Amino acid sequence: MNNLFGYKKRDTWLNHTTGTAKLVGFLLLTTIGMISYDTRFLLGLGLFAVVLMQTTQIKYHEYALMLNLVLVFAVINLVMIMVLAPQYGTQLYGTRHVLFGSGYWSITQEQLFYEFNLLLKYLFSLPFAIILLFTTNPSEFSAGLNKIGVPYKIAYAFAITLRYIPDVQSDYHTISLAQQARGYEISKKASLKARAKGAVQIILPLVFTSLDRIETISQAMELRRFGRQKKRSWYQEQSFSRRDVSVLVGSVIIVGIGIALLLSNGGRLYNPFK
Amino acid sequence: MTLPLIDFKHVTFKYHAQAEPTLHDVSFQINPGEKVLIAGASGSGKTTLLRLLNGLIPQAYEGEVTGSLTLNGKNILDQTLFDLSLQAGTVLQDSDAQFVGLTVAEDIAFALENDYQPVNKIKAAVSKWANWFGLGERLELSPQALSGGQKQRTAMAGVLVDDGKLLLFDEPLASLDPAAGATAMEMIDNLQSERDLTVVIIEHRIEEVLNANVDRVIVMADGRIVANGTPTEIIQAGVLPKNGLDEPLYIQLLRRANIDITKISGISDVSTVNVNQHKAAIAQLKQKINKNQHLAPQLVIKDLAFSYDNNQTLFAQFNATINQGEILGIVGKNGSGKTTLSHLLTGFLNPESGDILLDGQSVLQQSIKERADHIGYVLQNPNHMITKSTVYEEVASGLVLRQIPEDQIETRVRQVLKLIDLDAMRHWPIAALSFGQKKRLTIAAVLVLEPKILILDEPTAGQDATHTGELLQFLSRINKDKQTTIIIITHDMHLLANFVQRTLVIVNGQLIGDTTPAELLADEQLVEDASLRTTSIYQLAERLEISHPEELNAAIVTQ
Repeated sequence: MNNLFGYKKRDTWLNHTTGTAKLVGFLLLTTIGMISYDTRFLLGLGLFAVVLMQTTQIKYHEYALMLNLVLVFAVINLVMIMVLAPQYGTQLYGTRHVLFGSGYWSITQEQLFYEFNLLLKYLFSLPFAIILLFTTNPSEFSAGLNKIGVPYKIAYAFAITLRYIPDVQSDYHTISLAQQARGYEISKKASLKARAKGAVQIILPLVFTSLDRIETISQAMELRRFGRQKKRSWYQEQSFSRRDVSVLVGSVIIVGIGIALLLSNGGRLYNPFK
Repeated sequence: MTLPLIDFKHVTFKYHAQAEPTLHDVSFQINPGEKVLIAGASGSGKTTLLRLLNGLIPQAYEGEVTGSLTLNGKNILDQTLFDLSLQAGTVLQDSDAQFVGLTVAEDIAFALENDYQPVNKIKAAVSKWANWFGLGERLELSPQALSGGQKQRTAMAGVLVDDGKLLLFDEPLASLDPAAGATAMEMIDNLQSERDLTVVIIEHRIEEVLNANVDRVIVMADGRIVANGTPTEIIQAGVLPKNGLDEPLYIQLLRRANIDITKISGISDVSTVNVNQHKAAIAQLKQKINKNQHLAPQLVIKDLAFSYDNNQTLFAQFNATINQGEILGIVGKNGSGKTTLSHLLTGFLNPESGDILLDGQSVLQQSIKERADHIGYVLQNPNHMITKSTVYEEVASGLVLRQIPEDQIETRVRQVLKLIDLDAMRHWPIAALSFGQKKRLTIAAVLVLEPKILILDEPTAGQDATHTGELLQFLSRINKDKQTTIIIITHDMHLLANFVQRTLVIVNGQLIGDTTPAELLADEQLVEDASLRTTSIYQLAERLEISHPEELNAAIVTQ
């Protein structure tokens, strides 16, 4: 099915939770996690996310690609901060404990600690995102977006994109082969310039076929009254159960802890250097 | 007297983008409970008529309308597309693109979701209609996992959840194989009688639609209604061939036997046509089928094995031979390996083992580009192939990329363009071409590379009898003049019967038949396995107890 998104029917409690509850929970937890720089809180949140993920029966190979992408991105991000602003940690925490090096390039404990906090943010948010995407039916996800206030035309665009991605992929594949038969070399044999030129030849027919498709789709949708009412119902929408309420309550409690820590730290930072 | 459901009086319509009206002074009525076929060649205005009925004009296509047109006694133009959709449900031609839901259930539910109906009510309606159409077990499948027929049934269910009384079908047979097409027609027939619906079908494949017991046929040509009557009246008047439409094959056969069809009763249905006294005249038409023309083998497929990533073996030990200069048809159910085979021949896919020999030489080591010099491949959808903006450039591009000197390019391109009658239009922008012209253009762009073998995937899809005729003439010309071997992948029975010399039947990766089309179309078992249908000639022969119906098929072939 739509493997791009990784949604599969799995018989776990998070799968049965409604899209709306998961979406709201996700937004609450990631927001507080992004605000807070309290290392203890972030560690706790990360641990919680990992435990939660264990309950969803998502296999490593299903999210391996996503995990690697995020890790690569995170490492590049951290290295760039180290290069561009090596003294930012010192500024933030107001103290300076040099580990080694000197001048602009001196590496401080504060800097490492700050970047460790950033890494934690990546590490806790990724499992949450995976849980949300892998346990929520795409249409239910759209329904959830609509429920929290996103206009349904925009929310539906999300589902419809997923619907047609496999078709566009197969168009792309067919066109690419046809153009190779024509004589455009796109394989690794050709030079980069030749390949770029070949790729351009795929785009034009792909755009035209897609435009044709879009015309039919929009007619098919209008003929079945998409856009007639201010609101629409969702076939995949599930009614709220106690499970959903507990997800929301749980998220609010965690947000409460986060806020309490913000207050007791007198700001977003937890400072072990003082 | 009942009021007509649809009433058009002197309707003339012109698209804003066009200089001339597409519909001229069109008047007709359709009564509640009628089943009407609107037939016409491409460009006859039948699609425009449908758009006027369902509100796509003026909502999606603007233009000027004169005359009066009403639905249920109310002026159509005063109503919005949404109002109209509650009264008239439309099933579009492209059953794939109109499938908007991620699953069958959601697609059926779509209209009700948009009406903001409570979810439990939607679920009840979805399950009712899914069961009616035999989709109850498939509610959670994605469109990619469905056959063309299943997608179309989903589309029908998605329209019927509205409980509207009028159903409009835009070329319902276009994306179905003949067996699925016959099932669809049966379904429409049942539905209509069971639910007392009014049904309007736009089609140019007359033979198949007449099986659905239509009450009336309206024939259109050049934006006008040229005939409006019962199927019997239409057939007897002989208006179909004059207006670019194919008559049912058994009618063609009767005409060839010089039988005066105006004097025959039950003429509109092959199972009732009363021609017993003409049996001798019909049997006399039989023609011997000349098999085995002893052609030299050109392309030899040896012990080919192939499976897709999911390890489902498609081909195991597949063997076939394609001969020099023949016109070969490859038929078989969707998903049984026809397209995969052509992709293996062109190098789009590579086999796991086995070999493909062209004139005794293995081609497996050649790249896609190198293979295209010998084996040309024309895709079904011309839009997948066209990359340039003018006709000339499009045909020349393959030669330019092969570094052919410019003066040679000019002569070769012009030569091919003359062959397909597009030379006068060589500086035209491609956007201005019709679908049929684009199709010919893509064939020209492949042909200019002078391949020894030309493979065409569903060349006649979406083309009416006139355009198909032109295309076939052109293909036989290149087959004769250049001895190009032509391989056609199709489930168009008219194309098979009228054009192809030899057919390979492939089902589930097995070659289950290698025979002449006339024999194939008379072999009930083979026809069923290939998801085709026996022709009406076969049914007529059976009724008249004429042996060897394939020899009657052959009479039509050698017209």
